[in-house]
Amino acid sequence: MKYVDEFRDGQRARQLAGAIAEEVEEERSYHFMEFCGGHTHAIFRYGVPDLLPENVHMVHGPGCPVCVLPMGRVDAAIDLARRPEVILCTYGDLLRVPGSRKSSLLQARAAGADVRMIYSAADSLQIARDNPDREVVFFAIGFETTTPPTAVVLKQAHAEGIENFSVACNHVLTPAAITHILESPEVRELGTLPLDGFIGPSHVSTVIGSAPYEFFAEEYEKPVVIGGFEPLDVLQAIRMLVRQVNAGRAEVENEFTRAVTRAGNRKAQALVADVFELRKQFEWRGLGTVPYSGLRIKEAYAAFDAERRFAVEVGRPRENQACLCPSVLRGVAKPTDCTLYGTTCTPDNPIGSCMVSSEGACAAYYAYGRTREPAVAPVDA
Amino acid sequence: MAHGGGGRAMSRLIDELFAAAFDNEWMAAGNDAAAFTAPAGRMVMATDSHVVTPLFFPGGDIGALSVHGTLNDVAMGGGRPLYLSAGFVLEEGFPLADLKRIVDSMAAASREAGVPVVTGDTKVVEQGKADGVYINTTGVGVVPEGVTVGGNRARPGDRILVNGTLGDHGMAILSVREDLGFGTDLQSDSAALHGLVAAMLEAVPGIRCLRDPTRGGLSATLNELAHQSEVGVRVREAELPVREEVHAACEFLGLDPLNAANEGKLVAVCPPESAEVLLETMRAHPLGRASAIIGEVADSDRPLVEMETAFGGTRLVDWLHGEQLPRIC
Amino acid sequence: MCLAVPGRVAEVREDETALVDFSGVRKEVSLALVDGVEVDEYVLVHVGYALQRIDPEEAERTLALFAEMEQLQGG
Repeated sequence: MKYVDEFRDGQRARQLAGAIAEEVEEERSYHFMEFCGGHTHAIFRYGVPDLLPENVHMVHGPGCPVCVLPMGRVDAAIDLARRPEVILCTYGDLLRVPGSRKSSLLQARAAGADVRMIYSAADSLQIARDNPDREVVFFAIGFETTTPPTAVVLKQAHAEGIENFSVACNHVLTPAAITHILESPEVRELGTLPLDGFIGPSHVSTVIGSAPYEFFAEEYEKPVVIGGFEPLDVLQAIRMLVRQVNAGRAEVENEFTRAVTRAGNRKAQALVADVFELRKQFEWRGLGTVPYSGLRIKEAYAAFDAERRFAVEVGRPRENQACLCPSVLRGVAKPTDCTLYGTTCTPDNPIGSCMVSSEGACAAYYAYGRTREPAVAPVDA
Repeated sequence: MAHGGGGRAMSRLIDELFAAAFDNEWMAAGNDAAAFTAPAGRMVMATDSHVVTPLFFPGGDIGALSVHGTLNDVAMGGGRPLYLSAGFVLEEGFPLADLKRIVDSMAAASREAGVPVVTGDTKVVEQGKADGVYINTTGVGVVPEGVTVGGNRARPGDRILVNGTLGDHGMAILSVREDLGFGTDLQSDSAALHGLVAAMLEAVPGIRCLRDPTRGGLSATLNELAHQSEVGVRVREAELPVREEVHAACEFLGLDPLNAANEGKLVAVCPPESAEVLLETMRAHPLGRASAIIGEVADSDRPLVEMETAFGGTRLVDWLHGEQLPRIC
Repeated sequence: MCLAVPGRVAEVREDETALVDFSGVRKEVSLALVDGVEVDEYVLVHVGYALQRIDPEEAERTLALFAEMEQLQGG
């Protein structure tokens, strides 16, 4: 595939790896967080750690919208789906995720609930048009990449006056989560989480642009390199981060110039701003309450807000106390530090947030790397 | 179509339909059981129930699939298939025209394979109790002397081969799914492999394992072999035959071609010294043109499947966890 | 993360949609988020929506960076 395969070339990868090995300074150790689950997935799928020098460590971040969705919200989705008048539409990623009652949307469907997997946000609106006597709820999840399509369907529903359609909005914001990590005691005060730079999100950045990261470079003096999700992009981003660290720079650089500009996609941003507004706070599974990190539907579109239409209550069920996911999501622990990992918590029976989606750090470790000690930052490094 | 006692006329219609399609001496005899002489040697027997949505898909349908699936299971036991049975569960109201199409397709597949369907049964259940039609087929076959294949026989150093491109069936099915549909010329690879297997066993009687990577794809099959034989498996991504369209569909749906189903593919394990001969034999057969040696059995006490990525790293190839669902993230 | 795949615009339709070709796999994609898309351009597609066009010159430039390194290392 054009613009995919060229960026997966093995020979180039070895050359890039060679260049990184030459440029790292032996006495230093480098700890880079890839914020996105997409990068985590690529790193393990292609075996990137095998190509990195021993003193370059990748720390996995919380960038997986399925992982960070609180169990209380999964429960709420299941409750909605169980209402006889409701057709609940959502993306495939969410279907298998268990809520606090050990039940998932797939299980709710098996028990008779009308749950439809959709590929595109537009499909949910079509289902509403096709089923005028049913209430069609689109349970929307995702970061800034997935939010604009939701905005488009909300505006369409509004324009067409489709009365049996509503959206349960669970969209969350990347920069707020990065701030949360940088403000955490492990990074700021205790220094137990060494972070020398970030690989910035690929597809989120196509929408929000590179400008929002400038704050992190300035305020926290951390270099950020926006990198594509293909493995050569990841290696090149690591190389650019190594150079910044060596030179004592902390700037925003863009490796993914083929799709990311400084301003991003202004049309998409305007659509989102028209339909959504910031929530004062939003609960992230594993991270806790993060200020101004989630979106809700504006008053003008209140008629299409499933939370209001169905008076959705979101509980705060207790997590398994032995689960280390909160630390894994902040990069403080690695999956193998957790006593549940690979024993009671597996992709077949996920206990914690990092195992529920294949994007999660624990699931990626388990699926791709459990044969070896993965190249990941030790806490005491 | 009506079910139960009231549907006598219908059941006669179905009987006639089957008798016309499966026109052979056993069916013509009209007995409840088919009688035949057992040949000398070891016999294999396999059964498979076929449930597929949609019933008709690019490159095949449930009828041909139910014949190919069971013939392949017999062949993977090293057997030359001799006879098939067919059991139908039909949902009340299922269109007779569709049934005829399915039965004709089964009959054509069985004729082409040279393996007759000698006995069958049909039950009609109430509407809503079945998804159109389910078909169970059972096959028996005889294993040539000197051949012993089994999932527990892989040994370190053995080579692993496949007979062609992976994931065609799984992606062809997804392409016509109502909720995901996409445009493609991709066709299911549904095919009967016993002819290919016979040629392979003749050239290399010492083949250790044969298995068809159907549901769960290549990753499930390799993991099964690793577990049964208590060995490690190492494959090379660069050697895996995958069509560009399958690769592309998997990219945008977030799926892995290694987990996608195949219905006309096999995985063979053989000693290293016979690998080249086996490969040539496979490539000489119409169903093996794109055959490849994809890896080898590793000397490891951990039954894990590892892959050298085309990119130059290594990763684990895991079992599929539950149903393969398209992802957005 | 967010799964997004580059595809070639094969056909632009009137209702703000396009037929996008991903190496022989064709999918209808919404153009509601990107203005002025033309046939043969590549767009990055996420959940059925084009998010951005791929800039072919920038893609070449990134690839050229890798190639440069190849020369530095003597191929």
